[in-house]
Amino acid sequence: MSLNYYQLFYLQPLFNIALKTLETNYRQIQSEAHPDRFVTATATEKLASMQLATLANEAYQTLKNPASRAKYLLELHGINAINESNTSMPTDFLMQQMQWRETLEDASMAHDISTLEALLSEMQAEAKSLQADLSLWFDERKDYANACETTRKLIFIDKVCADIQQAIDLLD
Amino acid sequence: MALLQISEPGQSAAPHQHKLAIGIDLGTTNSLVATVISGMATVLQDEHGHALLPSVVRYMPDGSVVVGHEAQAQQSHDPANTIASAKRFMGRSLKDIVDRAHIPYSFVDSADSSKLLQLQTRAGLKTPVEISADILKNLKARAEKSLGADGGRGELLGAVITVPAYFDDAQRQATKDAARLAGLNVLRLLNEPTAAAVAYGLDHAVEGTFVIYDLGGGTFDVSILKLTKGVFEVLATNGDSALGGDDFDHRIYCWILDKIRDGSNTFSPLGEQDTRLLLTKARQAKEWLTDNHEAQIVCRLSNGSLIDVTLSAQQFVELTQQLVLKTLTPTRKAMRDANLTLDEIKGVVLVGGATRMPQVKQAIEDYFKQTPLTNLDPDKVVALGAAIQANALVGNRSDNDLLLLDVTPLSLGLETMGGLVERIIPRNSTLPVARAQDFTTYKDGQTAMSIQVVQGERELVADCRSLARFELRGIPAMVAGAARIRVTFQVDADGLLSVSAREQATGIEAHVVVKPSYGLTEDEITHMLKSSFGSAEVDKKARMLAEARVNAGAIISAVTIALSHDGNLITSEEKQAIEVEIEILQAISQTDDAVVINQGVDKLNHATEAFAAVRMNASVSLALNGKNLDEIKL
Repeated sequence: MSLNYYQLFYLQPLFNIALKTLETNYRQIQSEAHPDRFVTATATEKLASMQLATLANEAYQTLKNPASRAKYLLELHGINAINESNTSMPTDFLMQQMQWRETLEDASMAHDISTLEALLSEMQAEAKSLQADLSLWFDERKDYANACETTRKLIFIDKVCADIQQAIDLLD
Repeated sequence: MALLQISEPGQSAAPHQHKLAIGIDLGTTNSLVATVISGMATVLQDEHGHALLPSVVRYMPDGSVVVGHEAQAQQSHDPANTIASAKRFMGRSLKDIVDRAHIPYSFVDSADSSKLLQLQTRAGLKTPVEISADILKNLKARAEKSLGADGGRGELLGAVITVPAYFDDAQRQATKDAARLAGLNVLRLLNEPTAAAVAYGLDHAVEGTFVIYDLGGGTFDVSILKLTKGVFEVLATNGDSALGGDDFDHRIYCWILDKIRDGSNTFSPLGEQDTRLLLTKARQAKEWLTDNHEAQIVCRLSNGSLIDVTLSAQQFVELTQQLVLKTLTPTRKAMRDANLTLDEIKGVVLVGGATRMPQVKQAIEDYFKQTPLTNLDPDKVVALGAAIQANALVGNRSDNDLLLLDVTPLSLGLETMGGLVERIIPRNSTLPVARAQDFTTYKDGQTAMSIQVVQGERELVADCRSLARFELRGIPAMVAGAARIRVTFQVDADGLLSVSAREQATGIEAHVVVKPSYGLTEDEITHMLKSSFGSAEVDKKARMLAEARVNAGAIISAVTIALSHDGNLITSEEKQAIEVEIEILQAISQTDDAVVINQGVDKLNHATEAFAAVRMNASVSLALNGKNLDEIKL
């Protein structure tokens, strides 16, 4: 089956997707394909089930998360968002990035969980606004150059968020 | 005379079509077995009416094995041959056991401390896997007896065995090995909190996001699940596989020791018997304090000295405050991983005997700002959930509405240059999951690569648990960085990992099913299985033949049913080819050669590969609004 992730869930290839439909269709597929349905089945059926259930999980996670969804959607349009030759970022965003990283490091050194948590919600708010931008670039304007830049920003922010989470986990 | 049962039209199958399957809660302190009878999950009792089987195994002088209450009663008298809490040592090596001094067993110092640990008993060296297998055998016998398996109601098809959600790959593998030794077919390893959620969710027909707080005898798990119409989706799980009710006993035990030391300056270290006696007294005091303000601890040590101390509930709370707090850290981590706020939690379900302690309940109530739910017996809920899942897995539930989507508790990765971990599969990934990552050589002309698989959340390999190490050889000599080695991690629905590596240019491949470095080897298991079946070669052959025939019968009937339902999905030539293979297998399964029959099974499996894939796609298409998957194009 060489379906793309959108086709698998009967979704239009847009950035703005109905998460409810994604979730419902994902569950439908797992209801049919999950290895639990094939415990007493033949080896070949087990294998087919394992493959489809794995694909459905991967596809669902990719589309559920806005950053990975945007990155995937770009790939469908032939653009690799994190291509090594494709790393230019606006200076103001880079400055902002460094600032976030500094706050993260200072707060980690100071064992200051509440500052880390505040930083996390700031980053999440920033991510929200980037997602609104993505919907504009992808779905309304079909402007994939701008979509690509915004996607890279979102991926950066996701990474910082993950690092903040880990810093909190280590301190907790 | 029993009343005859009449079922609703179209609802039920004839009684003989009900397939026997059980759920087993293999606990640190107690183990249980349950099954679904007439649609109701029920815990099976022994002949004395006990539901709980203490997870204690005693090896007797006459070579017999005693499991449960009787063994527990002799713990203090015969500590070295009476093993309790073996679950704590599952998948562990000697170097993992930190408090050996307080454990009354004779651990065997092997030359290689990273090997699976062993205990010296009068029945010889015993691994925790074998001890657990003895518990499982006992429960299996209980189930077969009370279900009348082999007595007209058919054979036991298999068991769902629960494991702590936070068990790592080594501990899961050890549990599966134990089941194999006990002669049980493992339908699925199921995470304990998920099992509890199934029992709770189906019983109360609830929807929403729930936290399962499971503090057992030796393990702590916290799982956050989203319940929607029979789908149980685990959002995050966390825990501590070495924290449980035992540790609370231990705090009391240490407190008693301090008391004795205060009273005499000639205190000598306790023997195994006295250690076991005091631990038992400590456990009893803990249980007593659930409903009482103070507990009196009275006993006489082997040197004749009398112990008589009183522990107040308040003192107990203070002694164990750190332990209670220790459970809240994983709880907060799971909440963060699930990206949830406290007000999004609809309920907190308590599981495990240790949640009976008032200070534990209070701590949860304070953290979640709601009264935890305790309306299911915390000792039984896991076994009941496992039984419900077992029943569904063998196909007894006519409505396909129960679906468990569980996750991997710990991140999986491999070692890269400098002892750093490259994470391949992050924790809390929904199962089954597969991920691939490309690596390259770091030296010119490098022809081999050593791949170390690790599990854990830390950045350094040294801080994670090493699961396996294997080598990919025969990489063509190239300049550094030119080779492309794709390493694929796959975790199945039991949470067990397999890893393969492949050099992209030449296709040279290495594959391992991850057997923990200190786990049992395949040879060791085969040897143990052989000795447990008795030495007679004939027995073994007969058993192999019987198994091969059962397998052949199962696949013939599965394929026949599939053809009658969905034969229209393939061409008549394809259908005929499969039918020919069925006939061939039917013929060979009458012969007495297990090897030939198994080959026939493989052939039929192979012949149905394309058919299986077509059926899978068809059923998914049907489920999604009856549309054909190929109709939707980008």
